[in-house]
Order: sequence, then structure tokens, then C-alpha cells
Amino acid sequence: MPMDAVTPHDALHDDHDHKPGFFARWFFSTNHKDIGTLYLIAALIFGLVGTALSGLIRWELAEPGIGPLTYFVLWGVEGATMDAKIEAAKHFYNVAITYHGLIMIFFMVMPALIGGFGNWFVPLMIGAPDMAFPRMNNISFWLLPFSFLLAFISLLVPGQGAENGFGGGWVLYPPLSTSGHDGPSMDLLILSLHVAGISSILGAINFIVTILNMRAPGMTIHKMPLFVWAMLITAFLLVLSLPVLAGALTMLLTDRNFGTTFFAPSGGGDPVMFQHLFWFFGHPEVYIMILPGFGIISHIVSTFSKKPVFGYLGMAYAMASIGFIGFIVWAHHMYTVGMGTDLKAYFVAATMIIAVPTGIKIFSWIATMWEGSIDFTVPMLWAVGFIFLFTVGGVTGVVLANAGIDHALHDTYYVVAHFHYVLSLGAVFTLFAGWYYWFEKMFGVRYNGMLAGLQFWLMFIGANVIFFPQHFLGLNGMPRRYIDYPDAFALWNMVSSIGYLIVLSSLLVFFAVLADAIIRRRKAVVDEHGNGNPWGPYATTLEWTLPSPPPFHQYNELPRVKADDHH
Amino acid sequence: MRWIAVALMSLLSLSAHASQPEPGAIGFQPAATSIMERMTNFHTLLLVIITVIVIVVMALLLYVIVRFNSKANKEPSKFSHNTLIEVIWTLVPVGILMVIAFFSFGELYYQETFPDVEESEVINVKAEGWQWNWRYYYMDVVDEEGYEMYFVSNPIHRGLEGEPAGTPDAPRNLAVDYPMVVPVDTVIRVYTGATDVIHSWAVPAFGIKTDAVPGKLNELWFRVNETGVYYGQCSELCGKDHAFMPIEIHVVTRPEYDAWLERAQNDIDDARQYLAGISETSNTQLASAR
Repeated sequence: MPMDAVTPHDALHDDHDHKPGFFARWFFSTNHKDIGTLYLIAALIFGLVGTALSGLIRWELAEPGIGPLTYFVLWGVEGATMDAKIEAAKHFYNVAITYHGLIMIFFMVMPALIGGFGNWFVPLMIGAPDMAFPRMNNISFWLLPFSFLLAFISLLVPGQGAENGFGGGWVLYPPLSTSGHDGPSMDLLILSLHVAGISSILGAINFIVTILNMRAPGMTIHKMPLFVWAMLITAFLLVLSLPVLAGALTMLLTDRNFGTTFFAPSGGGDPVMFQHLFWFFGHPEVYIMILPGFGIISHIVSTFSKKPVFGYLGMAYAMASIGFIGFIVWAHHMYTVGMGTDLKAYFVAATMIIAVPTGIKIFSWIATMWEGSIDFTVPMLWAVGFIFLFTVGGVTGVVLANAGIDHALHDTYYVVAHFHYVLSLGAVFTLFAGWYYWFEKMFGVRYNGMLAGLQFWLMFIGANVIFFPQHFLGLNGMPRRYIDYPDAFALWNMVSSIGYLIVLSSLLVFFAVLADAIIRRRKAVVDEHGNGNPWGPYATTLEWTLPSPPPFHQYNELPRVKADDHH
Repeated sequence: MRWIAVALMSLLSLSAHASQPEPGAIGFQPAATSIMERMTNFHTLLLVIITVIVIVVMALLLYVIVRFNSKANKEPSKFSHNTLIEVIWTLVPVGILMVIAFFSFGELYYQETFPDVEESEVINVKAEGWQWNWRYYYMDVVDEEGYEMYFVSNPIHRGLEGEPAGTPDAPRNLAVDYPMVVPVDTVIRVYTGATDVIHSWAVPAFGIKTDAVPGKLNELWFRVNETGVYYGQCSELCGKDHAFMPIEIHVVTRPEYDAWLERAQNDIDDARQYLAGISETSNTQLASAR
């Protein structure tokens, strides 16, 4: 977004760019960029734990039978028989899938996209010096490691009987999460998710207040960059949905410990009620994970096609309508619980409507590229890869939306394939797209484009090899959350596990890119205007008018957005 | 669109009369009920639609990549609005979705509308999920004390050491000791329930899957077209042995069913032996038919 004679040079030789000492800077930080960096580091570390768990899952499932997981159980138990280890491994498998899901959602994708890129770039893009509540920002972040710590401790204490950890799936359905798990693990997990929820709600309030009140003069709501739009909508979804999760979690806690029977039929409660509450949160949650990515992709596609975003208003309101409809479709996760037929019919219709705004977004991105002059830089590779793979994940979503088909596919690997296409190949691709788009801006050094491109191709191939065959498994009837499966499913499970190795190699390349960038310290590009902008004149948002990395405090003089600026 | 679906379907139905997962399979298990036949047709229609959509998007992306990369097109154009195209790509998906919805509601209401048959001809079975096996209550068979006939259906395999290897007659992780038995061409009403945690009773070849939730009874129906052995698996995470509580259903002729039921009321092992005899003959028949 071009602007008036704001002088980024001011910032360059800014005598006030005084940074606090190491401890004060990174532990008491109230600076949105530092907090963003902390979020990214945390997401990276937690993401490795989640990835390791998925590695255990794919290792175990590579061949029929129960084998690899028996190496990880009953350590220090003398004379444990193989059968005892197998029994323990069965529980451990359920624990692995549960924590893989929870960690990837609450501790990897959300912190990285919302906490990381949101904190970094919302203030930069709207021309604000910082977030509205910098100290609240600090507590939002610092609740997160402790939330993770609670989740991690819950892995190590008894869940059911003598078995450690909670193995009831990330959806935490009672009675498996109440009477089905008698140990303290589930209580710690409830506490962990409460803390993570508070962290997210505080962060969301901060984003809403910042975006509504601190936009640069001249930046009307219809001139906001699309990433800011995405974050605004995401923040509203968080504020509206997380309290419902918190309520459901609290009822679980009292059912477990204080004799209430909200979800226990023996006292007049109903286990299905929890599912309604959970998915009233859970469905908006999936849009919470993908909407920030939608924003990132819009900027990348526009920048490298050297054209303004096609249909800016359509894009913004498509996201808003996805967010709204996201609140009225939750029970499509529950077609098999025994709902009334008319109720299912309503949820079928409402769910399918989401395909319309999603289609608008896909086509608008292609229209943005149309007649452009496209540079296939690393972020653009991820963006185009995302558009294609999100389409694949989207159309299987349309299939699953039909209750009449879902009665066959519910809780099979078809569902696993669907949501990994939109999350593991969708949200995570936008994450890497944003990472490579803003890497130089955030850290002031350039990365090796060849290596980063290699990471993209390995990830693109590997993730497809993992998840595409899972459609076949699901159609043929393989249920999810199975440690062992009938021998007929062996082939596609083996292929899927081989795909995991390819993705693992792409992650090694990711760290090689990071290490190379840290060691070489290639200087960030400074363009002819003296701005830190490596991407040329079509990178129009305000962060590109600042040096790379931006000064500790930016916009001492607020930028002004002209009335005739296009988007 | 419908005729494409039907044509593809007839191609697919040429494959074997298998009723369990097939190695390397990429689609549904062959349908054994009218529910699953209709579902398979509908899915084929959906598969055609979504494949076309993905191909269109991929073609557009490839065209853009080839035609509008910075080497092929040095000067980007400036347009960012085109009301007509925006209206088109809003309305066309709406139209496609309405087509899907038309068939979708038809399927949904077919599956959930109990067929119009005499109640006396319906067989009622309650499938009760436990950690970790299924119990089948034959609700129409009540003894003099008022108890329904029931038996426990335990898995043969639990993933432990020293278990028998899988065979075609007793596939690993699918076979049980006392299978559920129902007659062919008869409407079966199944109530699903549970006492401990939530389970889900599912048989892919029948196109049915309904959760067994503590505190309530869910209802489903099916009518199997062909005799044979069909398998399903628990489809809602229910704890440690979730993967080891399969569902095995023997669909037999009506006289065979009556004979089995007669024996099962007195001695379930006797009934099982009788059932094994039937399977052997039907296996030979199947082999000679091939």
C-alpha cells in the first residue's frame, strides 16, 4: 500500500532504537515483534514434538501388527512380557494420536499463524507502533509455554489405570474422558487447555482492539490489508468460540471430580451434549487455523503476480462469511450420533454453503495471477501449492458434508485425509509461505532460495504421498485411531509411511535453510528507496516501507494512507 | 451426470463379491444392501464432480504458470475487478451444490426412513458396545422368564502374541467367535447402545454406521441382498482395544436362520457349529461359481 512521504530512513538512524538487555527483552517483552518471534520459536519447538508423535504413529502403522510402539512402553519394568508391552502400546498409541492433534492445533499452528505472524505483522501492516495492550500481549505468550508444560506433564502421569497419558482423542469425548480415564492425566490436560484458551482469548482481544483503533490515518476498514482482515475475523472467532470450549472443559472437570453428571446418563446427563459444545468451538477452530493463512496467500499471490489482489472486497467478505457460517455447521462432525433426519438435512445444507465463499477465494487467487507477470519465488511456490492442495482438501469436504455419504466415511481414514489436506497441506503450507515471505523482514538476513525450494518440493511430494492413499483406506473402510488394521490395508499404509520419511527429509532441509541463513548472514535487500523490500514495487503493504529487520519501535511518525490507494 | 455414475458403477460391480477390505483397493467395498448401492452411486456422482473441479482448478493453475510467468509475460496487467466473472463463479458453484443437495437429501431420507413392511416380518437386534466386544440381543426371542436371547461376540485377534494367523475364513482383526446372524432379504432393525463409553457399530458393505451412546438407543435398518459373511469394525474411539472389537455378520437363508436361532436359544456353541457347516458349503459354492 503506497503512502505519503513517510520517511523510513528516519527509523534507520533512529537514536531511540534502544533495546533492553537480553533477559528483560525476551522474558519481560512487551514489544509485538519480539513477542511474535517468541511465538514462532515456541511453535517451532512444540511443532517438533507434534511431528515426532506423528512419526511414531506412521512407524507403528507402516506394517500390520503391533511392533514399534512396544519399544516405548514399560521402561524399567523388569520381566515385562511382550503381551504386556503390546497392551501398554495400545494405550500409548491412543495417547500419541491425542497429543499429536492437540499439540499441532493448540501449540503449533495457532501460535505460529496467530501469535507469530499476527503479532509481527498486524501492527506493521496497519501502521501502528505496537499492539494496543503490550503487557497483555506478554501474558498471552507466557501462558503458552506453561500450558504446554501442563500438557507435557499430563503425558507422564497415569491416565487410565497404570497407563500414562490421556488416550481419548483430541475431541475429549466423555464418558471416555470422564469415567473412562480415572487418572490425573485428563485433569492436567483440562487445565492445560484452559490456560491455552485464556492465552488465545487475551491475544484475540488484543488483535480486535488494535485493528479497530490503531489503524494509520486514512486506512479505512475497507483499505486494510487482507491479512489484517483475516486476523480480525480470526480474533472474533476465537473470542466467540473459546469460552464455549472452556465451559465444556469445566463441566468435564466437575463431572470428573465433583460428582456432577452433565455428561453422565446415570444422573440425567447426556454425552452427546458435550459433542455439541465441543464442536461449537471445534468447527470455528478449523477456520481459526486457516483464515490467517488465507490472508498470507493473498499478499504473496499479489506481490509475485505483480498485480493488485483480484476482488479485494469479495475476498474480505468471503472470509467474513466463512467465519459466520463456521458457527452454524458444527453438527456435521456428529452425523452418526443419532440426530434427527431433518436436523442432519439442515447441517448438510449449511455445510455445503461454505463451498461458495471458499470457491470465491480460490478463483480470485487464480484471477489475481491471470495476466500477471509471475515470479516463482519460494513463497510463491508454497502459495500455488497451497491453492491446489486446499482445493483437493476442499472438495473432499463437500463429499463429507453429505450425511448420506458420511454414514460410510465418518471416522474413517477418508476424514483423516480430508482434514490433513486442509491443515497439514493447507494451514502448514501457508505457514511456510509466510515464513519465507517475511523471513528477511523479520530477521534481516536472506535465506538460500535453492535450499528452500528443495524443502518445498520434498514437502509437496511427501505430504501427498502420506495423505492421498488415506482416501483409499477410508473408502475401503479403515477406521481412524486404530493401532492395528486388517491385513488388506497394508499396502496403502506402507505407502503413507514412506511419505512420512519424505516429509521428514523436507524438515531436515528446513533446518538446513535456517542454519545456513544464521551462519552466512547474507545482508537483507535494501531497495532504491532505501526500504527493506526484496520483492519489488508490488509488495505494497506497509511493512515493506521499513528496514529489515524493522527498528525496535517503528512508526514514530504515523504513516498516512492516501484516499486513492488501491488495495 | 446420472448416467455417467451408473455406467461407472456397473463397471465397478464387475469385481468380486467380496465383503471385506481388499488388498490395494481404492474404493468402497462392494455393496450388499440397497442403502450401500445407492450410496455408492451417489458417491460415484460426487467423485466425478469433484474430479472435474480439481482438474479445472489444476488446468487454470497450469495455464497461469505457463502463460503468465515473468518470462512469458513481462508486463502485468492492472485489472482487479470483473463483476461478471465474480457473479459466474458464485452462481455456478451454487448450481453444482444444488444438484448435489438434491441427490444428497434423497439418500439421507432413504437411509433414515424405515421401509414399509409388516412389523411381524422385521427382525429386531440390539447391538450393545462394551469395552471391548459387542453383545447381540435378539429382541424378538424372549424366554419364559422374559429375558431376551443374547450372546457376546468376542474378537479372535487382539494383536497379542501367539494368535492364529489371519485366514480367508477368519481374517485378522475382523473375525469374532460368535458372529451375529441374520436372514437374507429381510428388514433388520438394529438398536445400538452402550453402557461404558461411546462405541460405533459400522458395517461398510451395508453402508451403515451408528454410534452406541450410553444412555440412549439409536436405531438403524438394513436389508441384505446376498448371503455371505460381512465384516465391520468399531468406529468411535473407545479406549485401549478400540481396534479389537470387530463386527462379523453371517447372512444366511431364512430356513438356515431359523435353524440357527433354534440352536442358539439352547446352546450357542451348537449354533456356531451349525453356522460353520453353512459357511463351508457356501464357500465351495462361491469357489465353483468363480
